Amino acid sequence: MRIRVGHLYPDYLNIYADRGNILVLSRRAALRGHELEVASVTVGDELRASEHDLLYIGGGQDREQALVAPDLAAKGEAVKEAVSGGTALLAVCGGYQLLGRGYFGRHDVDMPGVGLFPHETVAGGRRMIGDVLLECELELGVRRTLAGFENHAGRTRLDHGAEPLGRVVAGFGNDGESGYEGCRVGRAVGTYLHGPLLPRNPWLADWLLAQALAHATGGAPPELEPLPDRLEAEAHAVSAQRARDRGGRF
Amino acid sequence: MGTRLAVETLAARAAARLSRLARTGGGTTLPGKLLWKLDPAAIDALAARLPQGVALISATNGKTTTTAMVAEILGDGRRLAWNSSGANLVSGIASELLASPNAELGLFEVDEGALPEVARRVRPRTLMLGNLFRDQLDRYGELELIAERWRETVRRLGGTTTLVLNGDDPQVGDLARESTDAVTYGLDDPAQARSVLQHAADSRYCVRCGRPYEFAAAYVGHLGDYRCANCGHARPELQVVARSIELRGLESASFELVTPAGQTRVRLPLPGLYNVYNAVGAAALAHVLGAPLGEIRVGLERFGAAFGRFERIVAGDKTILVLLIKNPAGANEVIRTLEDGGAPPILLVALNDAIADGKDVSWIWDVDLEPLLARTDCLIASGGRAAELGVRCVYGGLPEASLEVQPELERALDRGLQLTPEHGELVVLPTYTAMLAIRRIFTQRGLVNPWWEKR
Repeated sequence: MRIRVGHLYPDYLNIYADRGNILVLSRRAALRGHELEVASVTVGDELRASEHDLLYIGGGQDREQALVAPDLAAKGEAVKEAVSGGTALLAVCGGYQLLGRGYFGRHDVDMPGVGLFPHETVAGGRRMIGDVLLECELELGVRRTLAGFENHAGRTRLDHGAEPLGRVVAGFGNDGESGYEGCRVGRAVGTYLHGPLLPRNPWLADWLLAQALAHATGGAPPELEPLPDRLEAEAHAVSAQRARDRGGRF
Repeated sequence: MGTRLAVETLAARAAARLSRLARTGGGTTLPGKLLWKLDPAAIDALAARLPQGVALISATNGKTTTTAMVAEILGDGRRLAWNSSGANLVSGIASELLASPNAELGLFEVDEGALPEVARRVRPRTLMLGNLFRDQLDRYGELELIAERWRETVRRLGGTTTLVLNGDDPQVGDLARESTDAVTYGLDDPAQARSVLQHAADSRYCVRCGRPYEFAAAYVGHLGDYRCANCGHARPELQVVARSIELRGLESASFELVTPAGQTRVRLPLPGLYNVYNAVGAAALAHVLGAPLGEIRVGLERFGAAFGRFERIVAGDKTILVLLIKNPAGANEVIRTLEDGGAPPILLVALNDAIADGKDVSWIWDVDLEPLLARTDCLIASGGRAAELGVRCVYGGLPEASLEVQPELERALDRGLQLTPEHGELVVLPTYTAMLAIRRIFTQRGLVNPWWEKR
């Protein structure tokens, strides 16, 4: 099956090796006989809601993020339409911030967001940097962990009742206070975790692929054939241990 | 020297001797740290005593090598205070000032983040800025932030400091506007340019208006001949230039060095386009410091290699080639050079995640490892993040049968040597602390001298 991926602003938002996430999705799809077709959707390109099974948006430095913000705001309706139509989405760091209602007060500038995720981000003082460990329950009763690395000054506050991606076991998470990290809306997941995220958390890569396949077929998310993932598990364990050693402090 | 400073320097020098006796690593920064604790302003006073003043060198990539090249060019004629071990924070520079009471000229490489503090204290007469690439974002913060701090530093120094700038880097070259007599350097040889900007290149958008630059040539990462079609911001005119470059695989490079004092052919005993950048930068700085062209050429041509940057170590009937990697731009150039020399069949890559390496290892996914992975018979992944590195390689196309994961460095080295055929070469690509650990192992085996005994 062909899985159509729209990679938003790969030429601007690529600071935390976002290419690694795409590489992992691509190989894991191929190992199950599917083909990932990745199209770049950057500044000035039109985003058509129905054309993608999976959208990806990565992180950028302040300058690059500010350069894409107006263009992304203009694509906002298409992003929301895609997700409400069942398109899967992964947003990391800067992309996660811009898909909320906005990022306010950084360098005294307000950047309006898309409003897909029910959250707002405000500029904070010290950057929150280090390994993070989360516990997630994307499907009822199935608990899994995510290990990644965070590096952000923004404090993201979820609206009351919003669904976080996970609970912080070690690290800062959305704002360093709430104990939550990331946000989930349907098949869309946003997070501060890079590292990149998917190589050491292959279960999330497979979850996203299954959601994308569901969109592509119009059916339910399929069960993907399990892979050995021995090295991936080791990489996860090292990262999780770093997070535990660090706790959640400056 | 005031009495207080005299007492402090004596105490700090004694600490250095004790540290060396205790074999705790050369005592590079301990005396400086002690001096700084006793009296932070002592560093300013020590620097002010140097009759020829201080020259500082900073960059993301190449500062250790460039500084060592300048030392090689100037070294015969001048007594230098030079931080050759790469201890490039305030404490390391203070230690070197303490250790060299009779020096005439201070020649210091400086950490990008430490530059504002160091420049404020030592008031350099010459400041060379090489390049800015994304590097250890967890430690340095974003590239823009460093660029902004550098600009402030340059403004504060004012007209008494001569700037030597890499015009091929948009962020660095733009600083030439801050001064009337900045000396700019760069490359001018479209035959060596890459056809496309490398993946995740930095500074690809105009520093003034934010539109994408057009690159007539991109040499190393985003370094090259850029121009913004929207506002006209472009590479400044270059005064010291490398032309007609010839790269000879893993062995050497040569180029035509063009300076305001004339031009000459330089045969550099180091490989790779990135070392041509280091050499032309060193030439520009040496020129500003008054070195004649002939001495610049001779110094560059007899240059060995800086600590761990391109070291060939003999181990019985085999050799080990150590090439430091620390960020995507630098690692990509190392890989490009390895490819030019015929990709090595046995490769050891060691990824650590200590503070000095960067705790965030995501950068390895931005490195274009693929050309090596396609041609290597066996890659040994080592270091604290060996598994992550292994994952990177497998997803990059390395067959799992060609991968060995061995986090223990010493075991990984032995395994690598075991796999290397007689008279063959083991190529080792370590991150910074892995490089230090590997050198320690070599030292214990008597293959290299401890670096603090080298000078």
